[in-house]
Amino acid sequence: MSKHAAGRPLSPHLGVWRWSPTMASSIFHRVSGVGNSLGLLVLAWWFVALASGPEAYATFVAAASSAMGRFILFGFTVSLCFHFLNGIRHIVWDTGHGFDVSKSAAWSWFNFVGAIVLALIIWVLGYANLGAL
Amino acid sequence: MSLRTPLSRVRGHGSAKEGAHLWIAQRATAIALVPLGLFLVASVMATIGIPYEAARAYLAQPLVSISLVLFVIASLWHARIGLGEVVADYASSDRTRVLLLLLFNFLAFGLGAACLLAVLRIYFAG
Repeated sequence: MSKHAAGRPLSPHLGVWRWSPTMASSIFHRVSGVGNSLGLLVLAWWFVALASGPEAYATFVAAASSAMGRFILFGFTVSLCFHFLNGIRHIVWDTGHGFDVSKSAAWSWFNFVGAIVLALIIWVLGYANLGAL
Repeated sequence: MSLRTPLSRVRGHGSAKEGAHLWIAQRATAIALVPLGLFLVASVMATIGIPYEAARAYLAQPLVSISLVLFVIASLWHARIGLGEVVADYASSDRTRVLLLLLFNFLAFGLGAACLLAVLRIYFAG
């Protein structure tokens, strides 16, 4: 079933849907999951650099604290926060609760806004920890 | 060549009797990752900006090492299932699907081995 017969018409399944909050949160749950998987590569770099020695660690810290490094790490933080919040919602869904339309739409919005707020809080705390604030 | 639809071929045979283990493992690792993920973020925040030796000393604490080892196992397990799901949904051919699944498995086990060895090295060095 994996091969489409050549020349057969496909239903316009991608272009015809109006975006809804639940659809967006479902798609971004996947996107952030893939993003978090990429983040595990950075985590591995952190561990291996710390185990390898001061020079390897300095290289990692220099890369992570560069402007590009901070931008990417902030992206990973938002991705992690969204997957965290929306993952909790998935666990609640698995118990059979929270399925009515208005509640699940509101919860989707909450997860998007919450992910950004949570990521900002983490970064503010991080900078405060550094003594930069 | 059979003219029967795929649906009619499987009808009446009951369930596949297996396959639920991935669904359950995905949920179990997700629940484990709630506290472990919070702990990872706390560990990263505790070590940013501090000198190399201090960061090593922080990670070498038994509870920190154990939590990070558990995070590595749970997150790679969870990622392997999730990425497998994405591949199963979108891979356009069986060859792509098998190659990507193989790649994700090698990556998960390879990264797992690298992370665990690194954390254990830091832990045993004290």
